[in-house]
Amino acid sequence: MTDSPQDDVILAEAENAAALGALRDKVPSAPPRSKWRDVWEQFRKHKGAMIGAFFLIFITLGVLAGPWLWTLDPQKLDIRAKDMRPIYTAIWDSAAKTGWAHPLGTDQLGRDNLAQLIAGGRASMAVGWAAMVLSLVIGTGVGVISGFFKKLDGPLMRLTDLFLSLPILPLLLVAVTLFRQPLRANFGPEGGMFILIVTVVGITSWMPTARIVRGDVLAIKEREFVLAARSIGTQPFKIITRHLLPNVLSPIMVSATLGLATAIITESALSFLGVGFPSDFPTWGKMLADAVARMEDFPERVMLPGIAISLTVLGVNYLGDGLRDALDPRIRGR
Amino acid sequence: MLTFAVRRLVLSIPTLLFISFVIFMLLQLAPGDPMAQVPLTVPPDVKEKMRQALGLGEPPLVQYWKWLVQVFWIEPKIFIDWLTRDSWLLGWLPDTHLYNGELRVISWQTRSPVMDIVLQRIPQTLWVVGMSYVVGVLIALPIGIYSAYRQYSVFDQAGTFITMIGFSIPPFFTGPLLIVVFSVYLGWFPSIYDTTHVVRDWASFKFQLSQMIMPVMVLALQTTAQLSRYMRASMLDNLNQDYVRTARAKGLSEAVVVMVHVLRNSMIPVVTVIALGVPAIFGGAIITENVFKVNGIGQLLITALFANDLPMVMTLTFIFAFLIVLFNLIADILYGLLDTRIRYD
Repeated sequence: MTDSPQDDVILAEAENAAALGALRDKVPSAPPRSKWRDVWEQFRKHKGAMIGAFFLIFITLGVLAGPWLWTLDPQKLDIRAKDMRPIYTAIWDSAAKTGWAHPLGTDQLGRDNLAQLIAGGRASMAVGWAAMVLSLVIGTGVGVISGFFKKLDGPLMRLTDLFLSLPILPLLLVAVTLFRQPLRANFGPEGGMFILIVTVVGITSWMPTARIVRGDVLAIKEREFVLAARSIGTQPFKIITRHLLPNVLSPIMVSATLGLATAIITESALSFLGVGFPSDFPTWGKMLADAVARMEDFPERVMLPGIAISLTVLGVNYLGDGLRDALDPRIRGR
Repeated sequence: MLTFAVRRLVLSIPTLLFISFVIFMLLQLAPGDPMAQVPLTVPPDVKEKMRQALGLGEPPLVQYWKWLVQVFWIEPKIFIDWLTRDSWLLGWLPDTHLYNGELRVISWQTRSPVMDIVLQRIPQTLWVVGMSYVVGVLIALPIGIYSAYRQYSVFDQAGTFITMIGFSIPPFFTGPLLIVVFSVYLGWFPSIYDTTHVVRDWASFKFQLSQMIMPVMVLALQTTAQLSRYMRASMLDNLNQDYVRTARAKGLSEAVVVMVHVLRNSMIPVVTVIALGVPAIFGGAIITENVFKVNGIGQLLITALFANDLPMVMTLTFIFAFLIVLFNLIADILYGLLDTRIRYD
């Protein structure tokens, strides 16, 4: 604002003229851009996020296609070829037991490390994705319901507070050790553990998502387009699916990446503590835990799965960072 | 403020009761028999008597009630007795003799009271966990302050990268990594934490320091990663405020502006985050204690779980829940005390 009222009037007229000029344009000066293209443009500027996304895609494709490219059975014992070192050890130590048959070496029972890494990655990624989807579904459901239906808001938020004050890691340990036997009996050793870990991680990690979604739904619910939808007689369910959910998609996506990272770490931590998958079923956490005892002789057996976990989680975290920037309309376009 | 504190305090009692009930019911659902280790030659009726002696014949609700009475009524009595008898703080008071031989929560592993074992283990956990938290906070705050003050500088970028790494590398990887590098190759620090070690003179103090460095560093990395992000964001929020410009305009030195005016206001949310992080680090200590073989309460929980020692598991999990509720309460009250704009009433 300027000092004198006359100046304001002159300025306002100038703005009006510009606005009228814009109204007289026959066609928009630039072609319309979709929101998701803007998001993509912003996302591409975040170098860390791009690297993280590429790495995540690379790992996912690697563990999916890996068993066809590297056809050794990860559980096959070959006691004659046990304790082999990775092929790169030959560079500084020509006496080391290496061989192209096992480029990343073998463990103390002669199982191929590369095949185990691929199989372990499959397990970790499967648990991570499934637990993340489950926690998203619960979190979004609770968040939308408590934001949209006033009567349920109080009880559901109290429930969220209660879950937030549960000690997660001790409870996870308790649940996994105690319910291992019946689930194994019903769904087989691997299937039972998979269901158990996914369920337990899912139902103990939905609370942040629920809180964020509830806050956004509370704000969006009061907007005019929801009022308009209501006034033409749209059912609450339709309002939620058609008008609310698309608008809370961005916080959900960001918490999805965080959820994936925590789920992978939690699964590995459980395997590391020895309460995860059965002992002949390789996962990254279990490979790490098994190798710790002899790590001064074979440091690569700790490093390989550890680096795999860390890089995957790092990639997911950077991806989430970039997504948060890209989906924030205040930052986008700057 | 006082009414708010009292209301929160009163509300935390049903929360704790509910949590303990959930944990108890979860453990009730669990399969597994405390008599599984008893030899097969023991006849079934003797086994049944042993089961009764462990209090397992009662219905679950009665068992839960008995656990509640033991933890909230009998254990405090013992604690008060100990306070007036042996402690240096209140030992001059006349002995109370409140406890006269009622049954306490008994561990199925050792047949001794759970609380005694927990009290033996807590100092180790507190030393390692508490020290790591203090170290983490002391490292995180300067990093956060400086990266906010020089936003997008090389230091800030490096700090962001390191905190990302701290977020991403799990403690069960950093722990073994540090052991390989510092105890195996360099031989600087012992890889196992010796809890029987007593600090008597300078040499034993140096040993205590060297055995604490690695577990403290592993836990501190996690703390630092989270706290320095909060500190940076909070400083950035405040650095662009009008009062900062005013402070600079009236000629205060840059050090006073940043370290007094901005820092004091930025610390408000950070202090509550520090309080909220304490229970989480106790949970994280479970893994670190396992890696460095510290016999704290995290390691106690794991061994109790594997031994199917349900009273121990129940009590320990409840202690973790209690810590969370307590520190949530502390964080809420601190926030109200520090930020005078917040009015809960």
